[in-house]
Amino acid sequence: MHFPISGATIDPIYLVSLGFIVGILGGFFGVGGSFLAGPALFAFGVPMNFVVGTDLIHIVGKSIVAARKHWSQGNVDLRLAAIMVIGTIAGVQVGVEGIEALKKIGRVDLVVGVIAIVVYICISIFVAFESWQSLKIPLTKKERTQSPMARKDKLFFARFAQWIQRLPLGPKVALPFSGIKSISVGAILLVSFVGGAFSSFLGGGAGYIRMPSMVYLLGIPTHIAVGTDLFEIVVSASIGSYEHAVKGNVDLLIALIMQTGAAVGAQIGATLTQYFRGPWIRLAFAPLPLIGAGLIVYGLLTGHHGK
Amino acid sequence: MANPLPKNSSEEARDLRSSLLHLTVYSVLLLSYFFLVLRFLSKWLTDLFHHHRVEYAIAAILIMIVQAVVLETISYWILKLIRGKRS
Repeated sequence: MHFPISGATIDPIYLVSLGFIVGILGGFFGVGGSFLAGPALFAFGVPMNFVVGTDLIHIVGKSIVAARKHWSQGNVDLRLAAIMVIGTIAGVQVGVEGIEALKKIGRVDLVVGVIAIVVYICISIFVAFESWQSLKIPLTKKERTQSPMARKDKLFFARFAQWIQRLPLGPKVALPFSGIKSISVGAILLVSFVGGAFSSFLGGGAGYIRMPSMVYLLGIPTHIAVGTDLFEIVVSASIGSYEHAVKGNVDLLIALIMQTGAAVGAQIGATLTQYFRGPWIRLAFAPLPLIGAGLIVYGLLTGHHGK
Repeated sequence: MANPLPKNSSEEARDLRSSLLHLTVYSVLLLSYFFLVLRFLSKWLTDLFHHHRVEYAIAAILIMIVQAVVLETISYWILKLIRGKRS
């Protein structure tokens, strides 16, 4: 099927399947799956600026479905989400302008592709290391009798998150829903700003940056980080999508087709989180960005280089 | 948060059959959606993209949200219908 807006020709069944897989991953990991969806679209011939914008608007629809599921499971910290939206919106503006600047010099594919590869590899290594270390922390007698959802999440870098929470970065706020007594608003805004910038520069919701940042830097329990991240993405991705669409970076038809598969996948993925504890979720996530990096390398080597 | 109750093997098998039937029905609806809706949308969206960019941006977000909610609602009711018939 030919998509006249972006000029790409892709089998729609492939897009539905891609959306389904990404939907499951997004609902389970709370990261939206753009580290796979974006590279897969690029590997199949969609120009990188359209990959970024289309993946972002695809996230809007998918996140609403997954966020509703997580809301019903009690995984959303509304206060945290409200603060993060502010930082994300600012970051999104920066990312959008970055893409426009690269379009003007004709280097979108190469620059965005290389940055994405580096980011995905770094995230993969870090998450694998941390979650493996967390799994080595032994369970207490009480925890052995509890379900995965009832156990307190174990973080290898827990002390680091506690140190971040004590940093004097503006006024302090309590996040009782996430079990945090006090944390500076500046830390939350900084994390969400970086997430927003990556989101609008690399495409998708940037949950692969934001979710680990929420867990490791802010100390948010994994299940709540997953749900809150998805909830906040609905707002920030909508704004980023509007910006990219106005600038001609969104192929809605591709996004609509992908979303049909993602709608089912997201429900399945969100339900699965209740059967696994935090470190196992993070460990399972670790190799996925490497697949995304590989797809981008394939796309760059097969004809997108230098655009 | 409530702990999920353990299921026996017959309940798990029933859930699996329900899910597979749900996916089958949903897939048929999806194919119909492709041929009836998306082909007609293509020309209109392309025209909007090239000549009315702001309207395209607003329409894109609204259509995406509406589709997401509609698909989830359809998916939910298919599953409810299937599980309702089997219980």
